[in-house]
Amino acid sequence: MKLRDTLSSGFEALLGHGLRSLLTILGILIGIAAVILTVGLGEGAQSSVSSAISSLGSNLLVVTPGSTTSAAGVNGGLGSASTLTLADADALESKRVAPNIASVAPSAQTISTLTAGSSNWTTSVVGTTPSWLQVRDRSLAEGSFFTHQDVNGAADVTVLGATTAENLFGVGSPVGQTVDANGVALTVIGELTSAGSSSSGTNEDDMALVPITTYEEQVSGGTNPTSVSTIYVEADSAAGLSGAYQETTDLLLALHHINQPANADFTITTQSQLQSTANSVNRTLTDLLAGIAAISLLVGGIGVMNIMLVSVTERIREIGLRKAVGAAPNEIRRQFLVEASSLGLLGGIGGVLLGLVGAIVLPHLESNPVTISPTAAIGAVVVAMAIGLIFGVYPASRAARLSPIDALRNE
Amino acid sequence: MAPSPVIEIEGIWKTYHPGDFAVHALRGVDFSVDDGSFVAVMGPSGSGKSTLMHILGCLDTPTSGTYHLGGQDVSTMTEQELARVRNRRIGFVFQGYNLLPRLSAWRNVALPLVYMGVSPNERRRRALDAIARVGLADRADHRPNELSGGQQQRVAIARAFVSNPSVILADEPTGNLDSIAATEILDFLRELNRGGRTLVLITHDREVASAAPRLVQIRDGQIASDEMAVRA
Repeated sequence: MKLRDTLSSGFEALLGHGLRSLLTILGILIGIAAVILTVGLGEGAQSSVSSAISSLGSNLLVVTPGSTTSAAGVNGGLGSASTLTLADADALESKRVAPNIASVAPSAQTISTLTAGSSNWTTSVVGTTPSWLQVRDRSLAEGSFFTHQDVNGAADVTVLGATTAENLFGVGSPVGQTVDANGVALTVIGELTSAGSSSSGTNEDDMALVPITTYEEQVSGGTNPTSVSTIYVEADSAAGLSGAYQETTDLLLALHHINQPANADFTITTQSQLQSTANSVNRTLTDLLAGIAAISLLVGGIGVMNIMLVSVTERIREIGLRKAVGAAPNEIRRQFLVEASSLGLLGGIGGVLLGLVGAIVLPHLESNPVTISPTAAIGAVVVAMAIGLIFGVYPASRAARLSPIDALRNE
Repeated sequence: MAPSPVIEIEGIWKTYHPGDFAVHALRGVDFSVDDGSFVAVMGPSGSGKSTLMHILGCLDTPTSGTYHLGGQDVSTMTEQELARVRNRRIGFVFQGYNLLPRLSAWRNVALPLVYMGVSPNERRRRALDAIARVGLADRADHRPNELSGGQQQRVAIARAFVSNPSVILADEPTGNLDSIAATEILDFLRELNRGGRTLVLITHDREVASAAPRLVQIRDGQIASDEMAVRA
């Protein structure tokens, strides 16, 4: 029997039971669509997280305080200690000690309510230095950033993020206006350019920046006026990143009088570490979802096997007759395999199409982007066909093994 | 010149084991059919005639003994080889017609040619030719359920000879038909035999069997009688 005849005979058999074939195909289709969408969602999230992390600024090291350990040995968790100080940041800025460090921006922050006229807005008030703008790779939409003089003099000035400015002053320019934070009147001297949406959980456009000295003396009212929550360190180049990492570690260990690097009371995170952490969280989620989707694909495959077994039983006389007029066992087997893999193939193509529709519709319903690569689409179709084929092997072999006498006797 | 035997079986036994015991469906059958002859095989149900027909049709292999079809030993062939023999050398006509309900009449007729590897155009030409010879040219595109029993059996006869086999095996071909249709079908089969094809007709009906010049009777798995009809 020629291949063309095997194929057309297979398709005729499927068309002969249109509804049944359609429902079987649907089982595969839903599984494939689920797999391709979850993988697409995962990839989309991954790329948006990557871009959010790189929007932090290039060649960036993030130094955060280490954990505290109480006398009883209870670990307070990362960032619970206040071991980083303004003095640490100043020392890191020395070109002589740390030649690979381009600039340093210590920052401390608190959540505070800002008031301007009749509107008020709760946001994070960040105390930092003029290098923040460069280190974080941000720019100003209008006005100016505070200067070293402002920091030295603890000037009552602030630079607002786009979201914060809009909520306090509407669409008009905020520059020159006054906002009140904890009873301190701050003059708005600038507004940041929007950083765009971020899927890392923090809104980079909702903040009010003040000189770190102003923050320590007036805004936070904290008990530890010289401690900072984060020191952003920018290396002079991507190649200098590891040098900057080493210099920061050595210097802070020396300043904190710690001999063993293992006992460090601070943590340095690089962008690639942030990225890999975010990616691994993402991957776990994607794997989980894809696993569930794969199970639904398995169920679809069992559906194919089920329908093929029914089909073999139902067409037992046809099989007998075909054998009587000269069909060899492997020709019968091939015919049923063609039918089973066609169910898989059609389900796969339908599933990819449904997945593409989902990829277009889903981002409108929630903010997550969906990335479907051609490789994934082709892979999905191949997998679907393979599932049809694998689950068709047993029914097809059963059909091939049928004795023609028994098959014909079946009245 | 004396005609050579196309079917030659010697000492055929067929034993089934439905449980712990053995059932001997055939007990040493010797039998030969000359090329181009017409033989009726008759016997009551359970006599072993169906088993004999399965073995003659290469649908089953004997437990012991030899079977030569057209000079070729088919008793030791694999299933694959037997499928080929059935395809090329044997045409079947069954009691229940066994037409595929989804296919039109001519495509049912063309089925053996599909497994022969004949091209679609050639298949169609030969199938339409065969269907015209059984007088159903105008029904070629009808499906089996649109045809009467007699017409369905004529389609089945066309299917049996379309591949130009040397032997046609007809198993109770008139069993489901009224007497008028039955006579018609027997006429078509006789016609085929006159055209030079060997015809083996299996039946339990003496009247149907009397259409053949030679009658072989089977009882309890053995040949009880083998005689030529005396023609007036």
